[in-house]
Amino acid sequence: MTARLVLQSADITRALTRISHEILESNRGASDLVLLGIPTRGIVLARRLGEILDSIEPGSGTVGFLDVTMYRDDLAKNPTRAPSPTQIPAGGIDGKTVVLVDDVLYSGRTIRAALDALNDIGRPRAVRLAALVDRGHRELPIRADFVGKNLPTAASERINVRLLEVDGVDEVTIEGGDA
Amino acid sequence: MRHLLSTRDLSRAEAVAILDVAEDMADVAGREIKKLPALRGKTVVNLFFEDSTRTRISFEAAAKRLSADVINFSAKGSSVSKGESLKDTAQTLAAMGADAVVVRHPASGAPSVLAQSGWIDAGIVNAGDGTHEHPTQALLDAFTIRRRLHGASARGRDLDGVTVTIVGDILHSRVARSNVWLLSTLGAHVTFVAPATLVPIGIGDWPVTVGYDLDAAIARQPDVVMMLRIQGERMNAAFFPTAREYARQWGLDDERLAKLPASSLVMHPGPMNRGLEISAKAADSAQSTVLEQVANGVSIRMAVLYLLLSGANGEL
Repeated sequence: MTARLVLQSADITRALTRISHEILESNRGASDLVLLGIPTRGIVLARRLGEILDSIEPGSGTVGFLDVTMYRDDLAKNPTRAPSPTQIPAGGIDGKTVVLVDDVLYSGRTIRAALDALNDIGRPRAVRLAALVDRGHRELPIRADFVGKNLPTAASERINVRLLEVDGVDEVTIEGGDA
Repeated sequence: MRHLLSTRDLSRAEAVAILDVAEDMADVAGREIKKLPALRGKTVVNLFFEDSTRTRISFEAAAKRLSADVINFSAKGSSVSKGESLKDTAQTLAAMGADAVVVRHPASGAPSVLAQSGWIDAGIVNAGDGTHEHPTQALLDAFTIRRRLHGASARGRDLDGVTVTIVGDILHSRVARSNVWLLSTLGAHVTFVAPATLVPIGIGDWPVTVGYDLDAAIARQPDVVMMLRIQGERMNAAFFPTAREYARQWGLDDERLAKLPASSLVMHPGPMNRGLEISAKAADSAQSTVLEQVANGVSIRMAVLYLLLSGANGEL
């Protein structure tokens, strides 16, 4: 099994910095911005984006996380999944611009679940989507607003996003597909 | 998890996992929309052969918060009063497509008969069987203790070193039995205090210390005092002379409450006999967790139903 390195630590940081600027640009400033990471690695990415946003415009990086387990459409087909905590920032999400943050955008089903979860928590003014990697193969009409890197893949390939806080290393690799 | 029949079957990791899922379920209770779609299209049957308000309502609320459909069945006013057997009742429920059956039955072991008989393919949750076990009550008690002790950092923690004194009718109490196994699995030290007539035979094998003097037990400053209900409906022999004497010797009255450390929790599974096993002051004090136990019961039962009903093979 060969694993090809696609993004290194510096690449990830550059991508996140660019995404931060894009978020501020499309939001016309930092007002009413809430970043919500999707577990597990989306939370780490949301925190990093929050730090970068704070360094550009202090006070703009409001970060929380959103568990989508209970809203998945494949609960009955897979082994039982343990849910993880959801934490919504103190100000709530009503009337805010929510940016969902995930590591890999693939079928779009996780994001569909996240949109349903948001629906039960409040009514944001707008919902945007940021993903570190967009690997294609969408099964639903969903697209990302902010993408770190577009990676055209075969369905048989595997994208591994490893982040310092969770895995001890910052890298994105692509695996398999040549078998 | 396929069934939940006894807390004795749970490993420490499994028990902590259930409590952690319940933490996430408890967060939902604080939201404006207290509902999750996880069990949409599943049917939960509450099969109650014995009277109950809080357990049945709690399971019903839990199932509804997870978007499952709930069918309530109580033996009174059903074909059971015409003499239908447990087997026929179970097969009827199976034919109606029940995905989980929550059973309360006056006979110890009835839920495990249902689980092992092959009459019905649904997940079985024991909601109290005779004088055997009441696992979700023990889980919600452990959850309440863990939340009070560790607050927001409770996730992933066990109850290592916590001292729990359970007082009252141990003989007839399924709550006490379930709690002994679960709390000791989680690392807590359990002490029973009861009149000698209300201590079951064969208790020597249980992971528990037995005492007969409540004042001595309180002097040891336990972290938790759990008062059990004196079950009038099961007092079919002369276990103690009079209710007043019981209250004086084994009731948590105002005087004993004052001797407890302010940090000790006072628990009661309900329904309470105020003035008998617990004084009104103790029941309404800040140390009392009675209402928290009820609220946490819904979260625990949501966690159990979720773990039983979601997933293809039920493994966590």
